Amino acid sequence: MSTNVINIISGSILEEEPTLNLAELCQCCQTPAEFIIRLVDQGVIAPLEGESTRQWRFHQSAQIRTHKALRLRQDLGINLSGVALSLELLDEIDNLKKELNQLKHIAQNQLFD
Amino acid sequence: MEYKDYYEILGLKKNAPQDGVKRAYRKLARKYHPDVSKEADAEVKFKEVGEAYEVLKDPEKREAYDQLGENWKAGQDGFQPPPDWEQNFDFGGGGYTQGNAEDYSSFFEDLFGGDRASSGRYHRSGGPSGGFQAKGENVRAKIMIDLEDSLNGTKQSVKMAIPEINEQGQIVSKHRTLSIKIPKGIKEGQTIRLSKQGNPGHGGGEPGDLLIEVAFNPHKLYNINEKDISLNVPVAPWEATLGAKIKVPTPDGKKMDMKIPPDSQQGRKLRLKGKGLPGKNAGDFYVVLQITLPPSSNPKVKEYNEKMRDEIDFNPRSYLF
Repeated sequence: MSTNVINIISGSILEEEPTLNLAELCQCCQTPAEFIIRLVDQGVIAPLEGESTRQWRFHQSAQIRTHKALRLRQDLGINLSGVALSLELLDEIDNLKKELNQLKHIAQNQLFD
Repeated sequence: MEYKDYYEILGLKKNAPQDGVKRAYRKLARKYHPDVSKEADAEVKFKEVGEAYEVLKDPEKREAYDQLGENWKAGQDGFQPPPDWEQNFDFGGGGYTQGNAEDYSSFFEDLFGGDRASSGRYHRSGGPSGGFQAKGENVRAKIMIDLEDSLNGTKQSVKMAIPEINEQGQIVSKHRTLSIKIPKGIKEGQTIRLSKQGNPGHGGGEPGDLLIEVAFNPHKLYNINEKDISLNVPVAPWEATLGAKIKVPTPDGKKMDMKIPPDSQQGRKLRLKGKGLPGKNAGDFYVVLQITLPPSSNPKVKEYNEKMRDEIDFNPRSYLF
């Protein structure tokens, strides 16, 4: 093990980068197009536009979600509809937590007074 | 090396039946899966659980491990397995059946060997590691930043253990400290992409990217929702009724004059457009009015309120009946 300090790196915000087509999404996630199509069928990810698969455009966040789906399937042995359900429930928990934090913020200030 | 109690990690007794091991593993794997758990050390725990299962699920490895446990003295730091311990068991160079070398502790590797050529499991994006030339895997990390970091685009140091391939072609864990410039206006849940800072490529391929998920530390004054920032501001009842000009602290550390319109009810939101998180679609800054009563122990307050009660015809509950 060694320590290595590297100069300041500037990154980009992934979500604000240009959209991806099906081939690019497959390449980022190192997964075959069939898997992506199945994820779209399950509603795990959705193309922003495009009628046919050739014209599909995906938001960059689809890349993160596809990775999550791949890992959940592989690490926990969940099938695709199970993955879809898990991701939806996780999203809902995130939203509820956000709402709770906002309410806590208001309540805290009222206690202050 | 440090001894690891695989039974304790899985929350099992030494005599747990084989299918109990599987059940305990599955439950903990779901609990600590880094995509499910919000705990900061979920990834470490997930790997520990995987390592413990890798040993205890295999009756032969489990027996070998159990034998070793008897030789273990509590409180002893420098643990060494007896020199001939693996004679009766056939693990030499065998490695584990699945998983990535860097996913396992040195304790595990010293006992069961490490198949360093095996393909990735957790950090890997998925996909084959075969082929002649391939892009390296993306590496994920999480950081907590302050609101000010996103507002100003400040530097942040991130420490991480990243597997690298050394001259002998082995995967070694390298500790890297990266100084990262936080992109201005980044919001909670977004990802910073540092291109080519991930795992090295295979056969001369490009390195993967480092993807860092951003979360915000709670702020003592401001609440952040997507790109909007809000602040609760206490106002006196007469300020709310008559209107007033007050000073409010803005997220950029300045003070700003703000006009409260007359007849502002509790919780009224006043918007300052574009004063939230910066960026292409900058967020807004909301001031939320909190009507705050002066104490009735003050005789003047008491006097004026009594006067209002007696002289003003106002029933706030008329809509209830």
